[in-house]
Amino acid sequence: MSLKVVDNSGSSHAPAHKRNPGYPLDLDWVERVRMNRSALERRAGSIGARRTVKKDYQLAWLLKAITLIDLTTLNADDTPGRVERLCAKARNPLRAEIVDKLGVGDLRILPGAVCVYHTFVKTAVDALEGTGIPVAAVSTAFPHGLAPVDTKIAEIEASVRDGAQEIDIVIERGMVLRGDWQALYDQVRAFRKACGDAHIKTILGTGELATQTNIAKASLVCMLAGADFIKTSTGKEKVNANLVTSLTMIRMIRWFNEETGIEIGYKPAGGIATAGDALKYMALMKEELGTHYLNPHLFRFGASGLLTDIERQLEHGLTGHYAADYRQPMV
Amino acid sequence: MNKIAQIFETLEYGPAPETADQANAWLDSKNRTFGHFIDGAWTARGKTFASTNPATGEKLADITDGTSADVDSAVAAARAAFPLWSGLSGYERGKFLYSIARMIQKHSRLFAVLETMDNGKPIRESRDADIPLVARHFYHHAGWATHLEREFPDHVPYGVCGQIIPWNFPLLMLAWKIAPALAAGNTVVLKPAEFTSLTALLFAEICERVGLPKGVVNIVTGEGETGAALVNHSDVDKIAFTGSTEVGKIIRAATAGTGKGLSLELGGKSPYIVFEDADLDSAVEGLVEAIWFNQGQVCCAGSRLLVQESIEERFIAKVKKRMANLRVGDPLDKSVDIGALVAPVQVERIRDLMKKGVAEGAVVYEPDGTVPANGCFLKPALVTNVSPANTLVEEEIFGPVLVAMSFRTPEEAVALANNTRYGLAATLWSENINLALDIAPKLKAGVVWINGTNQFDAAVGFGGYKESGFGREGGREGMSAYLKPKWEKALQPAPVATSVPAKAANPLDAEHLDQTAKMYIGGKQARPDSGYNRPVHGTDGALVGEVGDGNRKDIRNAVEAARAALGWGTTAAHSRAQILYFLAENLDYRRDEFAARIKVQTGDDGSKEVAQSVERLFAFAGWADKYDGAVHNPPMRAVAAAMVEPLGVIGVVAPPSRPLLGSIALIAPALAMGNTVVLVPSEGSPLSMTDFYQVLETSDMPSGVVNIVTGESVSLAKTLAEHDGVDGLWFAGSAEGSAMVEKASVGNLKQTWTSRGLYYDLADQRFAGDYFLGKATQVKNVWIPYGA
Repeated sequence: MSLKVVDNSGSSHAPAHKRNPGYPLDLDWVERVRMNRSALERRAGSIGARRTVKKDYQLAWLLKAITLIDLTTLNADDTPGRVERLCAKARNPLRAEIVDKLGVGDLRILPGAVCVYHTFVKTAVDALEGTGIPVAAVSTAFPHGLAPVDTKIAEIEASVRDGAQEIDIVIERGMVLRGDWQALYDQVRAFRKACGDAHIKTILGTGELATQTNIAKASLVCMLAGADFIKTSTGKEKVNANLVTSLTMIRMIRWFNEETGIEIGYKPAGGIATAGDALKYMALMKEELGTHYLNPHLFRFGASGLLTDIERQLEHGLTGHYAADYRQPMV
Repeated sequence: MNKIAQIFETLEYGPAPETADQANAWLDSKNRTFGHFIDGAWTARGKTFASTNPATGEKLADITDGTSADVDSAVAAARAAFPLWSGLSGYERGKFLYSIARMIQKHSRLFAVLETMDNGKPIRESRDADIPLVARHFYHHAGWATHLEREFPDHVPYGVCGQIIPWNFPLLMLAWKIAPALAAGNTVVLKPAEFTSLTALLFAEICERVGLPKGVVNIVTGEGETGAALVNHSDVDKIAFTGSTEVGKIIRAATAGTGKGLSLELGGKSPYIVFEDADLDSAVEGLVEAIWFNQGQVCCAGSRLLVQESIEERFIAKVKKRMANLRVGDPLDKSVDIGALVAPVQVERIRDLMKKGVAEGAVVYEPDGTVPANGCFLKPALVTNVSPANTLVEEEIFGPVLVAMSFRTPEEAVALANNTRYGLAATLWSENINLALDIAPKLKAGVVWINGTNQFDAAVGFGGYKESGFGREGGREGMSAYLKPKWEKALQPAPVATSVPAKAANPLDAEHLDQTAKMYIGGKQARPDSGYNRPVHGTDGALVGEVGDGNRKDIRNAVEAARAALGWGTTAAHSRAQILYFLAENLDYRRDEFAARIKVQTGDDGSKEVAQSVERLFAFAGWADKYDGAVHNPPMRAVAAAMVEPLGVIGVVAPPSRPLLGSIALIAPALAMGNTVVLVPSEGSPLSMTDFYQVLETSDMPSGVVNIVTGESVSLAKTLAEHDGVDGLWFAGSAEGSAMVEKASVGNLKQTWTSRGLYYDLADQRFAGDYFLGKATQVKNVWIPYGA
């Protein structure tokens, strides 16, 4: 087949990443934001039909997808035992048989992080020792964010002390709905300071921000305040990550990069359950931000069930048989 | 490193081919040779030409080149089938259309793959756009068939329709033609484009399999000469053509005077306007759909980018960056954005145009990379450093080439957008609803997309203004293009006007009259440019007055005045109604004087004609604010506002009889709908209308809205027909004059109505409603997607 393949970047190796130093709040910039929902929906809705990967390409992409997963458990009934089981899965996300058959033992296929409540940070850090897999803690009164700011800062500091290398904070949605950008900026700035060397992901709670324009403006304010990642949802809202909201947020990431030269990471979370979904997100990232964005330091899935479905698809790709989930070690 | 590990690093897309097995199997089952589909059967192959896959150059099948004998037998079959088909109930016809829709849906992938192989368009487009729209079109028209009698009372189908379609959307254009024609009860002979006949032939097999009565659909393949035979066939009642403006004009000239119905959907050079307050990234993405959809081979392609100066640099940079991500290649690959152009000749044409444009100073940007060496592939191109005078800005390129210019103000954007012969579509991007809805009506185009582009739906009419053609496809407007009033068939020849001496034998004979009616141009009484007058005689031959002998220059001045008064079209309908009521009132006030003038000229008691004229003005005053548009609900979160707009300047050449009503019955609907008018009153009896300008003056009619030029009807009609500033021309006169008017109107493809020597009883109430209102207007569909 004669086909021109255009790629924006040749290599997926992580370049030296410059961390977002944060910038002054620019309200004029915030006011210049325009998002047209219908057009965003059209673009997001057609990405799966415009780009598809088959056969070996699909297998390779799915392996990459595993490295982008923040393996997550955020349930009120979590226990140390449950978290340890999750970490065990993180250590061995794929059955050895699959890895061998694919011949990718050298690739070190591991998830991007393990994501838990503060209470289990220590458990996870211990369970992952020696793997290099970072532990992410959801924080600042997750999922609602409505606690005294001092309490929230103390929570961040406690998680960092316990060994969390990534902190997923939640913003107060009311600040966005009221257009109180200064308050949002100040709070995220304070959170960022509390994180220290730990990377900060700002969860917008997009399902509760009402409009794409609000989502875009909140994304910008968080980035100006020093966010390393912007993240869609807690997984607890009625509407979680989707491709439309993702397009809104990654276009703000692109604009921020055009103006500052800084690359901010993106993490859709909640509702991404199938290998097919993951491929669509990856295609959207590649098209809008470039191939180098398909890297754990710039892109993560907040998901738990996704890994099992990817395993099944890989097995199907290898054997031609459809796989059952109970045959994959559970997450 | 194994392959998977390599891909893990590069994350390329890799090939994702759609299989061609089933399409090949179908072609093989036909031995890759096709005759025509006539009278429900396949003819033996005749002289053939090859249909090739433009992506590979490989021959797909041999197609028969239709002869005029083939066209004869297809038309005969359609004629024979017409009584049966038009005699079926709408419900029965609707069921057939429904079956066709179902079959197309059922075999959608086969149609899509075959279309892509034959045409070169990406499988994503044939699969996700063309074929679903085809099925939707048949479903929609199954519904129209069912409701025809209620929705179009007293209308009948034309009869046999000759339909000629282009190669850019082969099956979709077939659907746009065949679905409404069949719904209305017509039978058809369709000629697909020579490059892309295969899906039409597969469609013929579908017709066979759903048991469509034989002869209702006939497919004759062939090239230009086959099409010409169809156009010129004496037993064809209507021609519908989609294709180039050049060929459209030839068809207009060929059908002039034949009485054949005609709809033309022609070329375009559609503007794509981006205001500074737009969602720029979405506007860039829209541009991809506007100009790189179907390799830019789209009549309504947004090929002229107009971007506000304040964002020009940033926007152009975004466009260039986006272009680098377009994937050009094998159209059967599911991840390809730009496939192959339809044929080598098109590639050459585009390359030649590009060379010409560059020689004139254009700067061309193409993204890095290569396209496949074999096959009809072109890189996407962005052309800058051009002005409206550059060839690439003026000409329809019909390829993946975007030209970009900037504007400073909304007013300038509109001026640049309308600075073209064409008027098919326009796109505008702005997040400000006030701006968007201010600009949309000002764009001279049949379709306007706000914050989106290239949206189509069976319920929303599609078609052009100006040289992009006339007639609409889709929706109510599209249905009405395949129907005509029942009474038209019964029209009888008009009585030949008693000839009066056009000019006094001795010019000085006129001198004993001390008053000469002047012409009326731009709200002022005007002396004829010629410096000559014409005598007006009564029935007994006695001289009853004089009028100016109008010539080309008077017409020129009148059209100029009428164009300057086009603001009448945006005057509130209520205000137009008030002025028409006032006209009626003032005419009624002087009814005795007007009746006497009629009697002097015609010998008839004029009081009835005056009363009818007053009533007619009153009727159209009432219509002014009622004959309006609709809001469609296409299957997306959007409304499509079908706005009824005036044509612009309408030339009206009044019939010889009824010196007052003959003119009033024609200008009243034109004025009610917001057109300005250049009127040539009855040649023999012009005095009623020269009297009428005093009524105009006392009725607050703005200057230039009505202009009156007296003189020889046919020669003034010719000047009007040839004038590119006249948008529509109505001619009530002889068959020869009508043919002349239609032929001479080719220049700017103005919309014409002619009486073709037949007697239209303008006093009849059937002319007091939508008959002329429809002809005085065109529908613009404005797509307005929404969502916070």
